[in-house]
Amino acid sequence: MGGETLLKETGPREVFCGLTSIVWLHRRMPDAFFLVVGSRTCAHLIQSAAGVMIFAEPRFGTAILEERDLAGLADAHEELDRVVKNLLERRPEIRTLFLVGSCPSEVIKLDLARVAQRLNTVLKGKVTVLNYSGSGIETTFTQGEDGALKALIPLMPSSDQKQLLLVGTLANPVEDRLINLFKRLGIENVSSFPPRQSTNLPSIGSGTKVLLTQPYLGDTARELIAKGAEILKAPFPLGVEGSTLWMKAAADAFNIKSLLFESTVQPLILRAKKALESQKEKLQGKRIFLLPESQLEIPLARFLSRECGMELIEVGTPYLNKGLMGSELDLLPKNVRIVEGQHVENQLDRVRGEQPDLVVCGMGLANPLEAEGISTKWSIELVFSPIHGIDQATDLAELFARPLNRHQLLNHKQLTPA
Amino acid sequence: MELTLWTYEGPPHVGAMRIATSMEGVHYILHAPQGDTYADLLFTMIERRGKRPPVTYTTFQARDLGGDTAELVKHHIREAVERFKPKALLVGESCTAELIQDQPGSLASRMGLPMPTFSLELPAYSKKENWGASETFYQIVRGLLKNQKPEDSDFSSTKWKDEERNPKVNLLGPTLLGFRCRDDVLEIQKLLSEHGIDVNITAPLGASPSDVLELTKADLNICLYPEIAETTCTWLEKNFGIPFTQSIPIGVEGTKEFLKEVHEFLGMNEPNPKELEQKSRLTWYSQSVDSNYLTGKRVFIFGDGTHAIAAARVATEELGFEVVGLGTFSREMARQVRAAAKGLGLEAIITNDYLEVEKSIKETSPELVLGTQMERHSSKRLGIPCAVISTPIHVQDVPARYSPQMGWEGANVIFDDWVHPLMMGLEEHLIGMFRHDFEFIDGHQSHLGHLGGHQDKEELDELELNSGNENLAENIPIWTDEGKAELNKIPFFVRGKVRNNTEKYAKQAGCRKIDSETLYDAKSHFKA
Repeated sequence: MGGETLLKETGPREVFCGLTSIVWLHRRMPDAFFLVVGSRTCAHLIQSAAGVMIFAEPRFGTAILEERDLAGLADAHEELDRVVKNLLERRPEIRTLFLVGSCPSEVIKLDLARVAQRLNTVLKGKVTVLNYSGSGIETTFTQGEDGALKALIPLMPSSDQKQLLLVGTLANPVEDRLINLFKRLGIENVSSFPPRQSTNLPSIGSGTKVLLTQPYLGDTARELIAKGAEILKAPFPLGVEGSTLWMKAAADAFNIKSLLFESTVQPLILRAKKALESQKEKLQGKRIFLLPESQLEIPLARFLSRECGMELIEVGTPYLNKGLMGSELDLLPKNVRIVEGQHVENQLDRVRGEQPDLVVCGMGLANPLEAEGISTKWSIELVFSPIHGIDQATDLAELFARPLNRHQLLNHKQLTPA
Repeated sequence: MELTLWTYEGPPHVGAMRIATSMEGVHYILHAPQGDTYADLLFTMIERRGKRPPVTYTTFQARDLGGDTAELVKHHIREAVERFKPKALLVGESCTAELIQDQPGSLASRMGLPMPTFSLELPAYSKKENWGASETFYQIVRGLLKNQKPEDSDFSSTKWKDEERNPKVNLLGPTLLGFRCRDDVLEIQKLLSEHGIDVNITAPLGASPSDVLELTKADLNICLYPEIAETTCTWLEKNFGIPFTQSIPIGVEGTKEFLKEVHEFLGMNEPNPKELEQKSRLTWYSQSVDSNYLTGKRVFIFGDGTHAIAAARVATEELGFEVVGLGTFSREMARQVRAAAKGLGLEAIITNDYLEVEKSIKETSPELVLGTQMERHSSKRLGIPCAVISTPIHVQDVPARYSPQMGWEGANVIFDDWVHPLMMGLEEHLIGMFRHDFEFIDGHQSHLGHLGGHQDKEELDELELNSGNENLAENIPIWTDEGKAELNKIPFFVRGKVRNNTEKYAKQAGCRKIDSETLYDAKSHFKA
């Protein structure tokens, strides 16, 4: 492990809760519906995070608790049954229904596991009902996906066949590309989790080697290990280096000859490094401050520092899983300030004090910082964009170079805030 | 329990945030978990604010719940007060904190804070955003002014005459995330100053707690947005005798009525209505021959109560449209919207379910929809021109240009904003007409994209015309090829209506097949 400085901070935060991950999960599995059991705030959060862009009836919704649901839990259960029944009649194409716990449902201790169990008996397999918590008192942003995947694991069929399992939502084209590359290496049996159809779950067992595509899947990883799978140790597939090491971990686990690995991967590396040069020119020596939100911060910092030459001022993360992040921490430069948790006011004081060239932050903070003359990159964009793999390294760098370019083009230093 | 896929209004504490963020020197301590911080982006992204909302979230976590969350609240209050040094403090809770009953408001009141502190109780499980905004504004005004309450009021709206000064009024109700409030305030200030009336205080937008203390110096309150300000106006009238206006200065007629009301209250001579009519270009533009085609355009209206009612009036009285649907998501305004709808021979749609609104749009097949951002989406799906007239808003409803809805300029803006999409619709039809000319470049895409005018045979199938044999059994008339071809010649923006009418007629008349003659029969039947 490098000589990084690990700090913990508590205080007021500025982060999304786990419900937000529904925004990409429902796109990934079009036959699944995400029903939040919560309040108007939950409904408003998801639609606001999704940008109010509802051009079709969404595959997510909120069963909004009302006063009489709070008065008697028995009634709340009955009410939830009624809502689910109506929903499934309206949306007969739904195969998997996720009941998603929220802050209010957790506080009143509404037992969604029991509700799911009861509904499964009633529905007799026509629709599978699962539950997990996306509540903000337990989860931050991407951790919602961790919960959803963990809930699916018990449904995965058992098989001890040797296979490679990619775990974590990827953009479809990127997923296709990565699977194709593994096939070129001779790893034929590659599946993804979550699958593109919720009913088409991959198998799991002692022959399963898991590559995590996303860094925020600690609970899922633990469950997969309990099912006999092995989590391959590697940095995450961001940037040329991370993606190469990530693929190498699979190649080694499947005893792929290093000659084949090198001859397959080297041309990609050469091409990507060449393409990366132009972005690197813009990023080299620039100072970056990452605020905590997605847990992608540490892998991104590693890429930006090692491959783009950026100087890391502070790397925030909402939660640090040292086990999963070990290979990443090893690669970070010495004495990098890593801060777990947040005190948003103190952190912004540090941002202002350091005057970085670029800040990675949430949408609530971006314009206020821009108005102070500090360029920003929205962290949520990194969750939606295809950024994984060697071939995407330049695109990933470009996401960070763009605000700097714009800043330079407009040459503004301090705008008067509206 | 209510299944909600999308909601017109946020929770009540978001309404409180709108007040706090609109004002100067006010800070809001919100006892809430971390996820509730999403609400900041409404202000920084939609309104493009360059400042963070003045809100401190206590961000309690599951592990705090076993311990002392009350101490956590006090800690955050102390920190925020020290850092932001607000002139007034709001203390409240979001939905989750309401359940753990820490009562942050009373905790704060026992801390001996140096500034006025207001405890907000906004029931998250029964109330919504606009109610929360209204209640918060009321609590602030009441809290700051209750000690000024006169023993017996000698208030008179005409006292300005004796005091030999201009009459002055308060503009109450404009907030951030409201509909065009920023520009409405400027327009109404301008309008009033043309008549020698000064603005005393505008609140909540831009007002500080010390401004609120000055509210009672006005001769009249202008209740610009009743959803936000009516409760406050009523309280000010009851306790200080200051009356408030009922009319909403939207449209030429609305603005005239508003000026008349203001002049009456202030004991001023009424301005000449004939002169006022020429103040907005809407009057002439609507009379000009070019606008003939606007006559009887079928329009569907849905929004907050104030904007929906005003839009219905402008549509019928000033543009000569026919209102075919009118509704609101605002239960607080249901009574007024029902009355307005009844006046137009309609039954109001009062709902928070956008799918119900969409269904109603489909059924009434309007040529123009005036709605919220959600109706804009629904209309886009249905291929119907639409203009946004109400919250909830999106980033494009906070335009860079001056773009009020109220006053004379507001009427100009309304003419442009409503007529422009209709003209675009007409353009679609022309594109459809010209597309068979050899000069026409195929692949032309208008702003309506693939939903636009050039619907050819393929797209007609999407209309799901009943032409299959299976319909014979159910006694549903079927379209002959010739009938379909005739229907296809009708401009797309009235095609749906013609189709519905023809099918209705055919069923009534017992026709089994619809050909071109049936179309003409139906046409004369419904015109008769």
